[in-house]
Amino acid sequence: MLSSYLPILFQLVLAGGFACALLVLTHVLGPRRSTAVKLSPFECGVDILDEAHHRFSVKFYLVAMLFILFDIEAIFFYPWAVIYRDFLSEGLFLLIEMGAFCGVLVAGFIYIWRKGVLEWA
Amino acid sequence: MNELANFLPTVLSRSGLTVPSALIPVLAMFLCASIMAAFMGLSAAVLVWAERKLAGHFQCRLGPVYVGGKFGWLQSIADGIKLLLKEDIIPDQADRPLFRLAPYPVVIGVLLAFIAVPFSEKLMVTDFNIGVFFILAVLTVEVFGVILAGWASNNKWALLGAMRAAVQMVSYEIPMGLAILPVVVMAQSLSLKTIVAAQSGGALHWFVFQPPFFMAVSFLIFFIAGLASLKRAPFDLPEAESELTAGFHTEYSGMRFSFFFMAEYAGMLLVSAVASALYLGGWHGILPGQESVWWFLAKTGFLIFVMIWIRWTLPRLRIDQIVYVGWKVLTPFVLACVVGQSLWATLR
Repeated sequence: MLSSYLPILFQLVLAGGFACALLVLTHVLGPRRSTAVKLSPFECGVDILDEAHHRFSVKFYLVAMLFILFDIEAIFFYPWAVIYRDFLSEGLFLLIEMGAFCGVLVAGFIYIWRKGVLEWA
Repeated sequence: MNELANFLPTVLSRSGLTVPSALIPVLAMFLCASIMAAFMGLSAAVLVWAERKLAGHFQCRLGPVYVGGKFGWLQSIADGIKLLLKEDIIPDQADRPLFRLAPYPVVIGVLLAFIAVPFSEKLMVTDFNIGVFFILAVLTVEVFGVILAGWASNNKWALLGAMRAAVQMVSYEIPMGLAILPVVVMAQSLSLKTIVAAQSGGALHWFVFQPPFFMAVSFLIFFIAGLASLKRAPFDLPEAESELTAGFHTEYSGMRFSFFFMAEYAGMLLVSAVASALYLGGWHGILPGQESVWWFLAKTGFLIFVMIWIRWTLPRLRIDQIVYVGWKVLTPFVLACVVGQSLWATLR
């Protein structure tokens, strides 16, 4: 059973190796002439004022949090979708169940929508 | 891959090599992995060429129409050599280990996803029972690379680009993941081989053309969300040349930069391939009984052409529009498609 996932491991090793090999090659072939100006962060020709790592708008983090919530809920759909039609002959239990799940999901969605979390401006 | 494993002993014995039989599957896997890596590199070069040519013709640019030997094929090769010969610059203020690490997840994620692509009934590395899910999951790994690159560069443009990329890729992940559900409900499997096999019998059996067209809508949503997760125009704000220089890869040069570049083009191929397998019948032709890898490549090529066409036609969106489209348009529509398709499956 697990052996069908072995190619993933192989591909992972080979992809890493491929990337490493290319970088080694470019280090061998490429020039190394570093100057202070070349190594300074790119600022469109203006002198650097300070560090780039400042506080950032909270909206970006809000979207990331919403994503985690919704993505975890989306995961539950996959196994349901695979078996859904197999169980149709045994009544509508799966449909009602997923309807209830969707209802909870949509209620939360409407809540964040009304709260204005999805407004960017 | 199993076909290759069965085929290898004959080839090896013909060429006079003796390999222990236990090693045959390992060798087959290794061969498949290298073929996929070579395929990805080659496809990136071909797509860069195609994009340059098409852009030249769409926008009447003189350079790409005339440069680079017959049909301009030399230009891609010259590009590859140039990138290889460039200096690999790591800025002084960058977080060096993270800066070096960032391109790897990007390129590895895309390369990994290739093993589940069903080019034809026989021509695929492996048929996972979770095929589509695996591809979507692995494609998302790119986000880590992009955020790492933006953070480690310690550059304002790069950080802004990375934050935009994160919000955008994460917002469109949800519609993209949900858009495959109507297909999964109909095919009763996540394996791409089974999904394509369920669409045999001519164009009318492809999932896009199935009434009541919930799957056609989810195909559109999948394609739009795919564009957004690839950061292609009109969703190219993470790179936004005119405002952010080059966005998250501003500080990258040479081969490290080209990893982001390769990942974008290989990602185009991947999203188009998955879309044509899920909705457009994969290796099945327009008439019943037609089956070949060329059908699959033609459909994929067409979707890639549409992506390039869109890029050179539409202007860039703003970040608030991106969030609006992702959350308030695509997500409700895709949920409606899932519910509608399951109701339809009940009625039949």
